[in-house]
Amino acid sequence: MAYVDDFPTDARIVRWNMAVAFLALGVGGLFGMIQALHRTGVFRGFVSSADYYTVLTGHGVLLALVFTTFALAGLFTWGVTRSLDRSLPSPRFSIAWFGLMLVGAIMAAVAILGGLVPSMPLSADVLYTFYAPMKAHPLFYIGLTLFIVGSWLAGVDWFRTYWQWRGDNPDERIPLQTFMVLTTMLMWYISSAGVAVEVLFFLLPWSLGLIAEVDPLLTRTLFWYFGHPVVYFWLMPAYFIWYTVLPKLSGGRLFSDPLARVVFVLFLLLSTPVGFHHQYVDPGIPEGFKFIAMTNTMFLLLPSLLTAFTVVASIEHGGRQRGGEGRLGWLRTLPWDEPAFAGCVLAGLMFAAGGFSGMINAGMNINYLVHNTLWVPGHFHLTVGTASALTFMAAGYWLFPQITGNRLRFRTLATIQPYLWFIGMTFMSNAMHRAGLAGIPRRTAEPQYDSVTFQGVVGGVSEMRLQIALGGTLLFVALLLFLIVVFGTWLGGDGTDSLRVNSSIPAPLSGPEHSPKILDNLKLWTAVAIVLIVLAYGLPLSALVADGLFAPGSPPIPV
Amino acid sequence: MEIHRYEKLWTVAALLLIVGLIATVTYGAVGPGVTMVDDSGGTVDAQSLGDTEFADPGVTQVDNDEYEVHVVARQFLFQPGTAEPIRVPANSEVTFYITAADVVHGFELAGTNVNTMAVPGQVTEVTVRFDEPAQYGIVCHEYCGAGHHTMAGQLVVVPEDEYDTEGS
Repeated sequence: MAYVDDFPTDARIVRWNMAVAFLALGVGGLFGMIQALHRTGVFRGFVSSADYYTVLTGHGVLLALVFTTFALAGLFTWGVTRSLDRSLPSPRFSIAWFGLMLVGAIMAAVAILGGLVPSMPLSADVLYTFYAPMKAHPLFYIGLTLFIVGSWLAGVDWFRTYWQWRGDNPDERIPLQTFMVLTTMLMWYISSAGVAVEVLFFLLPWSLGLIAEVDPLLTRTLFWYFGHPVVYFWLMPAYFIWYTVLPKLSGGRLFSDPLARVVFVLFLLLSTPVGFHHQYVDPGIPEGFKFIAMTNTMFLLLPSLLTAFTVVASIEHGGRQRGGEGRLGWLRTLPWDEPAFAGCVLAGLMFAAGGFSGMINAGMNINYLVHNTLWVPGHFHLTVGTASALTFMAAGYWLFPQITGNRLRFRTLATIQPYLWFIGMTFMSNAMHRAGLAGIPRRTAEPQYDSVTFQGVVGGVSEMRLQIALGGTLLFVALLLFLIVVFGTWLGGDGTDSLRVNSSIPAPLSGPEHSPKILDNLKLWTAVAIVLIVLAYGLPLSALVADGLFAPGSPPIPV
Repeated sequence: MEIHRYEKLWTVAALLLIVGLIATVTYGAVGPGVTMVDDSGGTVDAQSLGDTEFADPGVTQVDNDEYEVHVVARQFLFQPGTAEPIRVPANSEVTFYITAADVVHGFELAGTNVNTMAVPGQVTEVTVRFDEPAQYGIVCHEYCGAGHHTMAGQLVVVPEDEYDTEGS
């Protein structure tokens, strides 16, 4: 029985979420290619340099927020219902949160894209960080608010399902996938409170003219309180796939369930009290708090390093189950022609590279060299742009048959797609990192100045530009292949194929019975997480508001 | 809880890496003395910079080889820096005080580690030693509006003897 047969209503929720996610990925990816060609000067015919920032805002919001959150909602709905073996309690409630997220996303997108239509009185060229005093149309802030409230209600839906299950199973350990969903959502509630306060109490009333001024540093700090944990909100669904699906795809089983739980608890604890590492070179924040954020950030490497071990060990186990022998011989027996497997593994490899460039970003003093240069997007195109995006695509290859009842179509395209993405990203990201070392800034339409020359440290600047443009184009081609495959799969059948994949997941080599029960004590971990946040943020935030909530103040400047 | 021997070794190695990274940052702070931009610059009213030390931004000599440079970043220029280069002598210690008049901007001497944010209402204080004569491009690296990509300038470190004869 396919998942869609067991859970037809939930499969529909998963399908809709994934469809919105991948449509957003398509539009956002097109914008990305336009930017890669524009800023390198290879082709500037799509938009003017002033409109570049409209496209850049669309790219950031559609990919970093809309794509990732809808993909998460789809994957988590599947994971909760599958691992608890029960449907979400109320289809009406599920449609309500999905609808709220969708309406919010559309409102924000309309506000942004209105910037491309001169006759429309809308614009929101504020990038996805929307730093005050740059002001977007109020529709943008309202849309973001609805979107985030929708994601909160999605979490309520998953918690309710869990509580019902708990009523029937008072003594069982929380199934691993549900455990991952719940810890991720707890992290999300704690961290998105920052951006909710920023938007609801400051930016939205300010954009409506209800308050005259806001404090740019305070709102910026609230944004980054949310802005780092949000990257784990992108990443934890990828980890969820790597821990629970990838071992099966490689032919084996998860190495250690207890360690997976430890990793997700560590993310819950450490994701938020690190936001100041995005503000290392901001004025107005004492050095000591930057140092605390730095040490927390470094410890946040631990769950990712543990993941690297467990995931590779699980894949090796799978390779050996398939008859692979010797120290590295197991690599050869792995199913490299399975797009779901190849996509996850290539995403993991790039994440390792992204992890190393992230250690540089986190290094408080070396960050001076790379802050706000092209190094930074070079870094996060490896993390969210590949570790998350390619994993979600890979999961799509595996999940779409199960949520539609159709076998995967265009298998050949699917087989080459992850490799094409990997190659495109290798071109683009290595060149972006090197360009950053030369001091070339990020977030600009034309990084070519009369008064400034950039000295390439490794390689020449024109070669880097060419690699960025080529990489960006290959990535967009890979994206098109992906969209053809998943939407071809969805629309290309009547849901009655006999599938070659199923949702059953083999038990881990070391199961939850080997881990202390305290790991499942979500109240305890939430409390510890909040204490860590109070330690990291209590004093600097109170110092920022001590001179008045809205001071030093700035009036809105529409862009 | 059962943990595989290799996994224990890996965890110890990971913790060593983490502690090592923290140690390098700590060494950077106490050894070579890399300080972070912090709250030492204080705050300022961005809407009335004319009444502050930013009324007439530019270079001031404060001691033998010590200089202060006040810079205002606004859409889409640096004052000074864009219309005319910032000029400082070689072999000097220069403290920059940077603020933003409208939206958030960035201030980067391209290819160096002089790289910081300019936030309305806040004053960024950065001290830099310039040993050799050189020319640096100044780039605004934080998106600040439709003309962001035009916002740039120059800083020229001139030989000491030339600087003195200019009498500036």
